[in-house]
Amino acid sequence: MIVAEKKPIDEIIGFVRDCKKILVVGCNECVTVCYAGGKKEVEILASALEMAFMKEGKELEVKEVTLERQCDHEYLEEIRNIIDEYDAVISLACGVGVQFMAEKYFRTPIYPGVDTLFMGVTEERGVWAERCQGCGQCMLGKTAGICPVSRCAKRLFNGPCGGSTKGKCEISKELDCAWQLIIDRLKELGRLDDYDELIAIKDWSTERAGGPRRLVREDLQP
Amino acid sequence: MRLTYPDSIRIIRLPCTGKVDVIHMMKAFQRGADGAYVVGCLEGECHFLTGNLRAKKRVVYTKKLLDEIGIGGERLEMYNIAASDGPRFAEVAKEMHERIKALGPNPIKGALQNKKAA
Repeated sequence: MIVAEKKPIDEIIGFVRDCKKILVVGCNECVTVCYAGGKKEVEILASALEMAFMKEGKELEVKEVTLERQCDHEYLEEIRNIIDEYDAVISLACGVGVQFMAEKYFRTPIYPGVDTLFMGVTEERGVWAERCQGCGQCMLGKTAGICPVSRCAKRLFNGPCGGSTKGKCEISKELDCAWQLIIDRLKELGRLDDYDELIAIKDWSTERAGGPRRLVREDLQP
Repeated sequence: MRLTYPDSIRIIRLPCTGKVDVIHMMKAFQRGADGAYVVGCLEGECHFLTGNLRAKKRVVYTKKLLDEIGIGGERLEMYNIAASDGPRFAEVAKEMHERIKALGPNPIKGALQNKKAA
């Protein structure tokens, strides 16, 4: 999932300081699962904003909506009939949803309510960690299912660097060395010979280095 | 026991403090409460095992949020009192009553009253 966390309330108040009527829009997907931008967080933000405005002697009308997704036309269309009634929108979706809404509703200011962090997993309740950087050419088949792009600080492809100590990375004692994990798993799988195979230089043009990416599937196009 | 406690306290009964969510505490203040406190069973004695521990974390979170929006986190508190401990219940009620009295009314009270009058 895409992991996000709520923005400081001060920053959000700053966005809508001069508004009278706003729409707070949540998203039912990733940000709901990581407790940053689902229906519950929409309610809490709306309540906090109303109180913050009242305290300043101002009135703010907040409408709460939570869409199934904010990265698809069909769900974003659900607010087309009401969006013009509002001075601004705070979207609690990831950066993708905020942008797609801004593209679609050109005349309404759309502000982010969360900081989008990474693509990751729920390691345990309340703890999320990065697992993928969307490099466009998955290496996991060669690295025992553990990604050196997202989990090695140096993105090394042929074994650990000198900073790997007792299975931990030199940037933090909490962080596992990705290559230690890869070697341990290769051993477990009885495939340690794979470690001898050199991984060739990676083509980074499929990652962000090649500019913003796009995928076209003609077979699916209308 | 015939104990008394301040009449400013309104009790909302819940099956367990684990049911208390951030939004419930926020709504209390949004509707004009000057203060609120959550009373759970003693730690380690929750019938549902961890309900009161969860409530405690949510109270801490909400206190921070109330601080951030200028309502003041000190208006919210969590207490753990045994169901059989009536004297402590009355004592806590007095304690919170005094604390909130010293803090004064909820900062949005004026705005709420103007809204009602309009």
